[in-house]
Formats: sequence, C-alpha cells, structure tokens
Amino acid sequence: MEILACVRRVPDTSENEIELNSAANDIQREDLVYSVNEPDNYAVEEALQIVGRIGGNVTVVTVGGEEDEEVLRREMAMGANQGVLLSDETFSGSDGKGIATILKAFVQKGHYDLILTGVQAEDGSAQVGGMLAALLDYPFASLVNSIEILDGGKLKISREIEGGTKEINEIDLPCVLSIQTGINEPRYVGMRGIRQVASVNIPTFAGPDLGIDASAVGEAAAKVKREDYFVPALGKGAEMLQGSREEIAEKLVQLLKDKGGLK
Amino acid sequence: MARIFAYILHKSGVADDSPAELLAAAKKIDAVASPTAIVTGWGAELDAVCMALSGSYNEVWKIANEAITYPNAELVRKALVNVLPKDCILLVPHAHFGVDLSPGLSIKLNSAYIPDAVSIEGVEGTQLRVVRQEFGGQVSAHVSCDISAGAVINIRPGAFKPVQSAPASGRVVDKSSEAGELTARRRFLETVIAESGDVDISKQPVLVSIGRGIQEKENLAIAQELADAMGAVLSCSRPVVDAKWMPKSRQVGSSGQTVKPKVYLACGISGSFQHLVGIKGNPFIVAINKNPKAPIFQVADVGIVADMLEFLPELTNKIRELSAVSA
Repeated sequence: MEILACVRRVPDTSENEIELNSAANDIQREDLVYSVNEPDNYAVEEALQIVGRIGGNVTVVTVGGEEDEEVLRREMAMGANQGVLLSDETFSGSDGKGIATILKAFVQKGHYDLILTGVQAEDGSAQVGGMLAALLDYPFASLVNSIEILDGGKLKISREIEGGTKEINEIDLPCVLSIQTGINEPRYVGMRGIRQVASVNIPTFAGPDLGIDASAVGEAAAKVKREDYFVPALGKGAEMLQGSREEIAEKLVQLLKDKGGLK
Repeated sequence: MARIFAYILHKSGVADDSPAELLAAAKKIDAVASPTAIVTGWGAELDAVCMALSGSYNEVWKIANEAITYPNAELVRKALVNVLPKDCILLVPHAHFGVDLSPGLSIKLNSAYIPDAVSIEGVEGTQLRVVRQEFGGQVSAHVSCDISAGAVINIRPGAFKPVQSAPASGRVVDKSSEAGELTARRRFLETVIAESGDVDISKQPVLVSIGRGIQEKENLAIAQELADAMGAVLSCSRPVVDAKWMPKSRQVGSSGQTVKPKVYLACGISGSFQHLVGIKGNPFIVAINKNPKAPIFQVADVGIVADMLEFLPELTNKIRELSAVSA
C-alpha cells in the first residue's frame, strides 16, 4: 500500500509557554522549541504499522521552508521511506484551503492508496484533511482511532466520538483519514536514527513543478486570515495561592476540607 | 446579508444543546437575522426534532432520507450541497460531526471555512471577524473571513450563551426531494459503546485528575497517594490515556467521560476546551500547573503555580498530618 502522511512543524507546547511579543500582535517566536505536530506522529506510526503488515511505502510530505526539513527527517528516522518538501514563496500566507490545494497538486503527481493527517495542529483547526479529500473527491473520515485493512480496496475504521464511543465505518480506498492521538504508540526516535538520515536528499517541489496556479494559493487567495494574537481579558480567574510550598499546601488543605474534598 | 442556517444535530428525537447556542451565534453575525434551522435524519424522530425547533426558529428545513438516519458526514454533505442556497452562512457545532462535515462541505460549496469560533465580533463589508483559540487555549486570535461567497462556521459548543428570544411558531419546510441521490464511499456500520472501567468517575464526588505534567508512568504513584489520602479517585486528561498510562474509562473530556464532582483537583492539566467540557456541575476546581499561562487557571477557583511532582507529595503529607491529628 502506498501511503502519504501529511505532517507539520509547530511550536512544541509541551516545551514552551506561548506568550505574546512586545508589540502584542504575534506570539513571541524567539527561542521557541519546534517539533513535529504531535498527532502527525501517530499518523506516521500508523502508516508504518500498516506497511509493516502488508507491505508498501510511506512518504511524508510537508508544506513549508527549509527549516521544516527537520520534521521530515525525524519521520524518516521513524521509518518513512521518503520525505518531500513543498516549498514556494507563493505558498506563504495560505489558509487551510490553500494548503489543501498545494497538497492536492502533489497527490495528483503520484499514486497513493491512503492519505493520513494528524487530527489537528496547534491552531486547532482540524481542517486540511477534510478539505484535501473534498478537493480530490476522495472519501474522508476524521478522528480515526483504528484501521483494519479489508479485501477489495476497503478499510474498516473506527472514529472516536463522544464519551469514548466508537463509530465504525467501512471506507473505500483511496481515502483521506485524520488520525486521532492514542491510536498507537509512536516509536522512539533517537539521535542515532536522526543522524542516519541527516544527509538523505529531500526532494523539493515548487509551485510550477506541481502545476499550481499561484493565484489559487498564498495570502492573496486566502479567505481566512489571522489578524493578530491576543490574550483575552479574563473573567475572575483563579485565586492564586502564594507562599512557600508548605504554606500553600496548608492553605489548600483547609480549602479542600471546607469544600468537602477530604474524607 | 447572506441567509444564515444552523445545522442541528439530534439523537433519539431530541436536539443537543446547539439550537439556542447557534441562534445566539447567528445574532452576533446579524442582529436582525432570522436564521433557519436545517435538520437531517429520518422518520418520527426527525419530525419530533423539527417540531420542537419550530418553537425557537422561524423556519426549519427538514431533509428526510433513510440513508441519513445516522448522520454519515459524506451523505449529509451531499444533501446540504444540493439543498443550501448559494453564498449562505452555515453554522455547525464544532464537535466530532462538525469536524467530519464542515471542511469538505466548505470546499464543495466553494465558501470560506472557520473552525471552532469561540466568539463573533461582527461583520464589516464582506469581512466577518471572529475569535479563535490556538495553542490549546494559551492565546486567542482575531480571524477575519471573506464571507462574500458564503461561509461554513463551526461554533465551539458552550461558547455562546443562549439569548432570550420570543418564542417562534415557525414552519417546517420539507426539502427532502431536493437532497438528490445519497450514496457514499464511506458507510456507517455501527457505534460501539466504550467499555466501562473498574471505577465510574462520573459518579465520584472528589477527583484528583492528572495530565501531561505527570511526565512518567512511574509518577502515577504520587497522584495515587494523594487520592488515597483525600479519599478521592484518580482521573486524567487525554495525553495520559494516549500514553496508555491510564485506561480510557478514567479520561475526563469530550472524548472521555463527563464528570460532576464537588471538588476537582487538576494536576498538570493545561485545560484544553476538550477537557473542560467534560467537567459539569460547577465543582470547586483547584489547578496545579507549572505554567502560569495555562488556560486551566482561567476556570479554576484556586490556582497554584508549581510542578505537580513536587507539590503533590507536600500536599499528601499535610493531609496525612491532619488526619493523624483528628484520629
């Protein structure tokens, strides 16, 4: 099975506190630690496990710049056969539809049975997979937390819906699935693995290579634009307990006792 | 102003919380809007929902088709593409169905898509301005959207407070014949209810809940000791289940359990909205997190900026001292 996994490099929220810059119009981007969007790791792991069972290849693709190669190499160190970078000045400022349009052009250059994305990225949009599927006219399912390969070019998949309930569907290939975290346990990637793929060539495609109409992507084509970042004025917020660790613990014990939190 | 529609989800003949919330969101786009509810399904349950909605919406569009008895997003999309007028604005709750439906629907309608809007600031010319959250709620963003060719807007459940509006005596319009042929390459088979765990966290009065801040499976003992000292039960947020350190039945949130405790101790939990919607009943919330910017502090009653792995043992000791004194 030929599988394409779409990944993205994002600021790692487990490593960073996201704060506003001094102009209060963007996040503070200096000193941010970036990594691959966590759900995308589950998508790549799932692709690797499927190929491990039935054979095939895993290609990992991202839209971005040179700095994004590091996440492709990370996923190649996990075992992906190939990493591909889609990069062009005209791509910058694309909205979700623009990114999906770029990915569609790349998909149509090759042949993929299955396309996987992570469930969502740091902006919580959860949109590119569904848009890509619609542009390709492939079936789509979101929040997928298990995949079983059936005969006859079909998959049996489960979607995670409310309360941990699973919604079971059958879906025809080729299709696009957005992968929910927890579907598998992404394998560990050590420094040694990263070093082994450090000098592997990463094919890069620009807009003209993909036959992309520059007016269909990028900032000019984007109907949806982020204007700024801000931190909203909060409601009352929490009463923050101050003092030494011991003092805070004592205050909290009293509060818990008052509120019925202790047996 | 474009016509506004609200897609209403329902189960067993009853709509979820969204009709009033989507009505409130529509009024933020256009204060004089009279949005139309659009409902898909089949049989008596669909009719019951449409009837109920006509009490708050002036018009209810019904799409009845046996193929969408269960809301298969691919089929519902086809029906909506055929039925919705060009350039309209469609509001959809941003839950598992909205995430499944809306991105692709916006492509097929050739309209803009805004996911997970938490607030709507209004329209200026062709631009709709909304607020979204990014980075798990650590920061918000103003987003502008060109709605001249219509828009699909996913609305965060619970973010829009229902507004008082005069009761309607709306009419139900049957649009079923316009839905077209509904066949899909994705076929719904069944839903499988999650296995219940050893403990039902939805019935516990006191929960010690742990998140990513637990860091290692070995550290679970630190939280368990606190829970034991308090007479509480351990629950968790999604990353702990993803790491397979605790079972799914202990997860609080939209894809886990809805809990209604008296006291909720959130330890090392950042407080994404998917987690927070699982906490009902206005409990006393204590948040312990080393990131002072964590969104959990916005909803907690009491906050402590600390590494849970250092603070929890201290708290456990103090509680044990107290019970030793009172014993």
